[in-house]
Amino acid sequence: MVETEKKVMARKLGRLVRAVWIFNWFNSCGCTELLPVVSSRYDMERFGLIIVDNPKHADCLIITGYQTIKSIKRVVRIYNQMPDPKVVMALGSCPITGGMYWDSYNTIKRLSDYIPVHMYVPGCPPRPEAVFQAVGLLVEHVRKLKEEVSRK
Amino acid sequence: MMYVLLALYIIAAPFIVGALGILYGMVLKGIDRKLTARMQGRVGPPLRQPFYDVLKLLEKECIIPENAVKWLFNAAPLIALAASITTLLYLPIGPFPPLFSGNGDLIVILYLLEVPCLAILAGGFAAGSPYSTVGSQREMVLMISCEFPLAAAIIALAWKYSSIYPGLKAFSLTTFVNNPIWNNVGVLGFIGVGILLIVMLALSTSGLGRLPFDIAEAGTEISGGMLVEYTGRNLGILYINDAVRVVVFATLINAMFFPYKLSPLIANYVALPLAASLTIDFLFYLFKVFLIAFVTVTLMRVAFPRYRVDDVVKFYWGIAGLATLAALILIVMDTFFGW
Repeated sequence: MVETEKKVMARKLGRLVRAVWIFNWFNSCGCTELLPVVSSRYDMERFGLIIVDNPKHADCLIITGYQTIKSIKRVVRIYNQMPDPKVVMALGSCPITGGMYWDSYNTIKRLSDYIPVHMYVPGCPPRPEAVFQAVGLLVEHVRKLKEEVSRK
Repeated sequence: MMYVLLALYIIAAPFIVGALGILYGMVLKGIDRKLTARMQGRVGPPLRQPFYDVLKLLEKECIIPENAVKWLFNAAPLIALAASITTLLYLPIGPFPPLFSGNGDLIVILYLLEVPCLAILAGGFAAGSPYSTVGSQREMVLMISCEFPLAAAIIALAWKYSSIYPGLKAFSLTTFVNNPIWNNVGVLGFIGVGILLIVMLALSTSGLGRLPFDIAEAGTEISGGMLVEYTGRNLGILYINDAVRVVVFATLINAMFFPYKLSPLIANYVALPLAASLTIDFLFYLFKVFLIAFVTVTLMRVAFPRYRVDDVVKFYWGIAGLATLAALILIVMDTFFGW
């Protein structure tokens, strides 16, 4: 890459991470601990994160809890509707291993078999702090990418 | 030389006014979000968060739906922003007179205020999504119900001016600014103008499509309504348009009801050079716009949940329409009996 291109890419990444709009896909208990993230105690808006109402406006798709064989089709459709660049975050232990539904006949066991998942937040359900840590790691990741880009 | 300067002024001034409207609108948006957060006991985003949002939206992919009418879909945000900035050119910015003025500015403004709504509405229909179609239809309902109180309020004030000052242009904002309405009415008229002010504040909330009248966007019902298919650059332009419109409505209310200046008050005590008095008046104007935007956007958003569609129609045709008529009658009585 040319020097100027690197700089442009670094600037783009910096812009993307300062205002992350989140679309939630809730259909299970994983959301019970995510709702306080929006509320006044944890207040995610201070980091520029807001909840939007439709996947076309979103940068980050948060999937909470298990997905059934039916709902995973909708998840794939929602993922495809989101404009690039996009990030998927999976909350709870269900999307990782199936969680307490590990032997259920109608839930999926691993989310990354269906869509690319960028970050897993373990917990049953995860605490709001865990969500913040995940977003912090994302920002950190972008910062490292920027440094790498500018160093090369 | 004189003509060259004049031409430069005419070419440059719209850009300056547009840049001012965009910048101040974005700042107001930041303040609005911060104050909303404080009122809800949150910390809130930094004041420059709206700028971050727009910069991010400009970097994102711009999806055009397959079954959309592409040219209309892409043109709608641009038309909306252009119309909003054009409206600003007809309004007096603090101590500076409007760039364009004439016999019937207020009528032009009345129609220009509708153009951004119409453009986004057309964009919503062009998007070819059922959600955006529902949103556009709701926006149409909202516009139709707002039309009567808005027109009646402006006509009431213009009629008052035409009866007091038969020589002046009644539908010109310059008349409104040079002769503040409150100084020209008695007790009855004062009550009437007060009612009109409240109606105009409510109308500007619905004109901006904000809570409690955001039925056309209604995130939790129709997931963004007219904006549902807009992404990336187009959504960024609509975001900026939304910010500019706050300044437009606040400036209109400021010019119609509070055209007061601070510098004559200070000039009683200290002699002010022209530049200083202009600066003071301009800052005072920004402050008044902030106060009006605070009432119409922030307070309303925190205090009220969203109305249902039929409640909005009832509110504007019923309560607001009747209140405007009552105000009109009070102003007429004020003129004839001179109370």
